[in-house]
Amino acid sequence: MDLYARRRIINLAVMGLSALATAFGLLWLALVLCTLLANGIAAIGPALFTQTTPPPGSTGGLANAIFGTVAMTVLATLIGTPTGILAGTFLAEYARDSRFGEVVRFVNDILLSAPSIIIGLFVYEAMVVHMGHFSAWAGAVALAIIMVPVVVRTTEDMLRLVPDSLREAAAALGAPRWKVIVLVAYRAAVQGMLTGVLLAVARISGETAPLLFTALNNQFWSADLNAPMANLPVVIFQFAMSPYADWQTLAWGGALLITAAILVLSITARVLASWSSFKQ
Amino acid sequence: MTADTAGEARIAEGAKRGAAADAAFRALTFLFALLVLLVLCGIIAALVVGALPALRTFGLGFIAADIWNPVREKFGALAPIYGTLVTSLIAMLIGIPIAFGVALFITELCPAWLKRPLATTIELLAAIPSIIYGIWGLFVLAPFVQEYVEPALIASLGELPGIGVLFAGPPLGIGVLTAGFILAVMVLPYISSIMRDVFETVPAVLKESAYALGATTAEVVWRVVLPYARVGVIGGILLGLGRALGETMAVTFVIGNSHHINASILQPGTTISASLANEFTEAVGDLYVSSLIALGLILFVITFIVLALAKLMLIRLQRQAGS
Repeated sequence: MDLYARRRIINLAVMGLSALATAFGLLWLALVLCTLLANGIAAIGPALFTQTTPPPGSTGGLANAIFGTVAMTVLATLIGTPTGILAGTFLAEYARDSRFGEVVRFVNDILLSAPSIIIGLFVYEAMVVHMGHFSAWAGAVALAIIMVPVVVRTTEDMLRLVPDSLREAAAALGAPRWKVIVLVAYRAAVQGMLTGVLLAVARISGETAPLLFTALNNQFWSADLNAPMANLPVVIFQFAMSPYADWQTLAWGGALLITAAILVLSITARVLASWSSFKQ
Repeated sequence: MTADTAGEARIAEGAKRGAAADAAFRALTFLFALLVLLVLCGIIAALVVGALPALRTFGLGFIAADIWNPVREKFGALAPIYGTLVTSLIAMLIGIPIAFGVALFITELCPAWLKRPLATTIELLAAIPSIIYGIWGLFVLAPFVQEYVEPALIASLGELPGIGVLFAGPPLGIGVLTAGFILAVMVLPYISSIMRDVFETVPAVLKESAYALGATTAEVVWRVVLPYARVGVIGGILLGLGRALGETMAVTFVIGNSHHINASILQPGTTISASLANEFTEAVGDLYVSSLIALGLILFVITFIVLALAKLMLIRLQRQAGS
């Protein structure tokens, strides 16, 4: 075999393998989604949204868990969004080349990928131990801590895409710095920043590990933020690991619900990002 | 004349107020940036304080002791550390080549109109929460592995001398191999998206020169793209490793939570995060809780080092691309 043919065969093999790898990745996504649909659809019905989690052997739904997940996600978003946006603003507007900014950026990127179960442990030590009991507040704070780095990162990236000439134009008209940031830079970057918030919400609404030690779980309906609160991920965990068939069905239903919500959020976020006025 | 001075005074007044508001806004954003640092300090402090009783009782031997006996309150971290490292190693062995293939396909092979949709679809793998991978792994993957993959491995590789011990024992479906495999699928989108970004920083001129000399696509990637993007690729791999080390729920479902170190990767084991998820809320006694927190501290230190290295690599790449 001559040299040329050998090189061509190697090239073909490499290209084939790389196409195969891509197909493999897509296959897993399809497999997971199909299994979710096949197993979860049976559990979807009015009862899923109106009844609370049942004891084994009787019928019920996930109403309390759905409420808990929504409540804690909303609370976490209310805490995490302003925090993340303000910190991101500092990095993009006041600390572009400062040593302090570099340190915060570094730490933020570490927190972005830090294991979420560690965040759960931290909130357990910092809040649950002092309060003496698990609570929805602790769960929301844990989720907010996971959310903040995502928002900080996207806010900073998006503000940096805003051309400096816009800032200079506003400053030349005599606007103070804070007005330049709030009325000009924010307005120019708002789509990108919103994308970041949506992605962060998508990320926390499926988080399980940090809730295990903070919000715990609650078999009953509870809207008390100072008490343990049911939430979809932990209920899915508990029900899926149980030996009862009806619990497992509910777990699949919850899994389908949460995945559908997250996919809708992520895809919306991406569409929003592609509309964004400044491209990288 | 008087109107002018009044006007000037008003402007001066306005500027002063603007400056005050400016200082206040800057201070506000600074405080929240500081909060990010404080969270990290808080995490470290909380873990260290929580882990102290266990570290005092067992000393540094905690890391190397292969024992986990809640009844007699004897704890050691070796089995979870071992499980964490082995599952992550399996995830990397499977995940890196596949992620490389995906990145290669998207940057060099696929038609331009397909690039974006394909990249987005692969990234959706990262959007699916860990608990979904867990429930899917438990009910779909584990039975499949038990039925088809493991018997085949035992019959073929299990017979070999040396590496045979890795594939010994009955096929259970639940175990270290299954956990590692799920981790590989989970870290795939992270690694491939960074590899993709990094490949795209390679100047087209370099690639075109190689093509002009008659190089095939494979040769261009191997001889031009990879050497140029090496630092970033390593950074991406480390970032994926950081994810794999700390991943909790998916692993908890399929690893079997056994605190015994078993040479065979077909047998159940545990990881640090799986031990925490399974035992923390049920742990009775201060020493038990403290030992679990000490496990958390070890996990945090390991992931911190890996992630910091990843970040440093990626910063270096940025500088290289910038200069």
